[in-house]
Amino acid sequence: MDNIAGKKSGLSWAVNISVALLVMLWVFPTAGLFVSSFRTADQISSNGWWQSLFNTEQNVVLRAADPDDDGVQVLENGTYVIRGNLYGEAGKAEIGAWGVNSREIDTHVAGDSAELGDGQVITVQANGDYVLTSPTEMTGRGQRVFATAETPPEFTLDNYRSMLFDPNNIEGMAKAFFNTLTVTIPATIIPIVIAAFAAYALAWMDFPGRAILVAVVVGLLVVPLQLALIPLLRFHLNIGIGKGYLGVWLAHTGFGLPLAIYLLRNYMVGLPRDIIENAKVDGATDFQIFTKIVLPLSFPALASFAIFQFLWTWNDLLVAKVFLIDSTGQTTVMTNQIVELLGTRGGNWEILATAAFVSIAVPLAVFFAMQKYLVRGLLAGSVK
Amino acid sequence: MSPALQGLLTILIGVSGCIGYFYFSNQFLDKVLFPATGKNAGRNINRANMVRPWLFLLPAMIALGLYLVYPVFATLWYSMTDRDAGNAFVGFDNYRQMFAQPKFWEAMNNNILWLIIVPAASTAFGLLAAQLTDRIKWGNFAKSLIFMPMAISFVGASVIFKLIYDTRPVDTNQIGVLNAVWLQFNGGVGSFLILRLIPAALVACFVAALAYVGYNIARKRLAPSHKQGSVFASIASAGLVSLCLVAVIIGLKGFFGLFTFDFPYGVPQTWLTTPTWNSILLMVVLIWIQTGFAMVILSAALRGVPEETIEAAIVDGANVFQVFFKIKMPQIAGTIVVVWTTITLTVLRVFDIVFAMTNGQWETQVLANYMYAQLFVANDWGVGSAAAIIIMLLVSPILVWNVWNVRKEMR
Repeated sequence: MDNIAGKKSGLSWAVNISVALLVMLWVFPTAGLFVSSFRTADQISSNGWWQSLFNTEQNVVLRAADPDDDGVQVLENGTYVIRGNLYGEAGKAEIGAWGVNSREIDTHVAGDSAELGDGQVITVQANGDYVLTSPTEMTGRGQRVFATAETPPEFTLDNYRSMLFDPNNIEGMAKAFFNTLTVTIPATIIPIVIAAFAAYALAWMDFPGRAILVAVVVGLLVVPLQLALIPLLRFHLNIGIGKGYLGVWLAHTGFGLPLAIYLLRNYMVGLPRDIIENAKVDGATDFQIFTKIVLPLSFPALASFAIFQFLWTWNDLLVAKVFLIDSTGQTTVMTNQIVELLGTRGGNWEILATAAFVSIAVPLAVFFAMQKYLVRGLLAGSVK
Repeated sequence: MSPALQGLLTILIGVSGCIGYFYFSNQFLDKVLFPATGKNAGRNINRANMVRPWLFLLPAMIALGLYLVYPVFATLWYSMTDRDAGNAFVGFDNYRQMFAQPKFWEAMNNNILWLIIVPAASTAFGLLAAQLTDRIKWGNFAKSLIFMPMAISFVGASVIFKLIYDTRPVDTNQIGVLNAVWLQFNGGVGSFLILRLIPAALVACFVAALAYVGYNIARKRLAPSHKQGSVFASIASAGLVSLCLVAVIIGLKGFFGLFTFDFPYGVPQTWLTTPTWNSILLMVVLIWIQTGFAMVILSAALRGVPEETIEAAIVDGANVFQVFFKIKMPQIAGTIVVVWTTITLTVLRVFDIVFAMTNGQWETQVLANYMYAQLFVANDWGVGSAAAIIIMLLVSPILVWNVWNVRKEMR
């Protein structure tokens, strides 16, 4: 538009920067969760996730091997010697300054030696290697070393391992993941089938009261599902469904129908009249027109609604809490599991972040794969 | 039987049941009830075609009736009965009891704040993002990233933002971004600029915009040349004007508050337990999610603005801002209303965010969560249903407006 009338905007750099800032602001929160889910509990609580991407300088307390353990001390030329690495293996961190006293933690640099009294001397290298020598046999616990170390970024898959694949972890997400899947798939497919037929009738069949029915559907689009909780729960308890998968599937079907009918009807109305009338002239019944012509042509609208309903049922908490999850907790879904973890494990971010990311990974994948249909559905679904 | 297998079976039974119903009921209609043969063939075909739409609609109508229409009336009934007294009719007792609870009024107040701030902020950010991303090469990529939170559940978003709002004791590293940023402020010039001046300017812009809208609506209504419209339209515009007025007053209070407020610099804050701020921080979660939606719809509307109108304005010497506010805005006003009302509906239903982050403690209660607490924690179905009816009442203007529009369109 800026090129219109020979004008060129001089502000395009400003636009680029603003958009970049906006995008960063919007991605930053999710990135935090993603990065945190790959860090250990200690790492998460020691510094912010945004620092974990770079080398960090940390003050740590390390300990040399315990002299009382077998084979740690060796006698070399009359002196007792302990060798080893403060980190267990070399290369985990770069020690800058160190000390042997909690009040003086940076009196020595890497490569230096420090006197410990009684003739004991310790030498610490940058990579954590140390040599501790003593004229007499050493006893007691391992020597403490206070170090300021440069730690490279370090990530782990352990969180996912324990949250997804550890059968002994009662807080694991594996079961909730399958429960969510069990809720979602039927709750996505059934309303599509029911709504498609109704939408065809509302779009292409002539009968008295059609306009009123369309208006009713539009009205129901807006009704908050909060109103339905108690009457329907009572209804389910009365007819013997109780709390369970059947109840939640039925509830999701009912709540999803208005949008499904509205979206599909709007799309079907737009199909070319000629095709349908020609088919009628050729002797096709309404059922044939619907299954052979309208349904295949409506695929984009079907896909749009399927994505909506999938995201909505996958992400739902309220309906699952009311209609599905009973006191045994066997049928918990991921959103509910996360809320419970928020209550019991409020500070354990490695658990929370992993649990949350497991639950949002699938919708995100669906989102990026089918974004086209989602946008199309949004544009058609917002009441004009 | 494992739930997964049960699910698979349900899909099979559900889908084949539906298709079977449609197929066989059609067959029954054509072959048995009104066969298109014999001497009554013509009459039978007509009759079959009169019945068929209802065959197609029946399952949907049963489901809608049972799961959405019936509950509205049932809830209305429950809100006027007492469960403990054997479901006896008690009139408006439950409402009276609810209006006497301070928690209810706290929820109402918060909901008004939510209803003003979230749709306004989401629409404004969405409009900004739409306008900006349409002008650059990597706009579609940027759009899909801003749109992404739409796919994230409210619960997932709550965890994401709880990490951002996390608080650690004073002399330790803050792992929540908000506190880490907060500790950078020290009360100097930068703090004044970022914490007082810029927000105040934003609030002032918002207040001015609202006042302008309200003034215009009022002026149009009160102008002597104005033809008396329907009662409904008058009520609607009166409601809008008073809503604007309330928003302006709240905005002005906020504006002066920003300059007089004593910020506790240098101390990590427990954000979610500080009243008023915590509500706003919860709103941020929803704004973060809804902005993408507003952006997608508004971007499509902006692209639909005819090029000629823009070209003509540029030829006439309009600058970028004039093009935006005088040419584009009036043409997408209808879409803005749609976005606004859709987000308003989402706000009224929002439950998960408050439930997961604060559960209504520290004065963050909202109606939907209040209702849930009444129904399933306090086990008071009467008051819970009354709260649901209040939500329904708040929704109903939008319901009427939508139905009215669709009927107008179909005529």
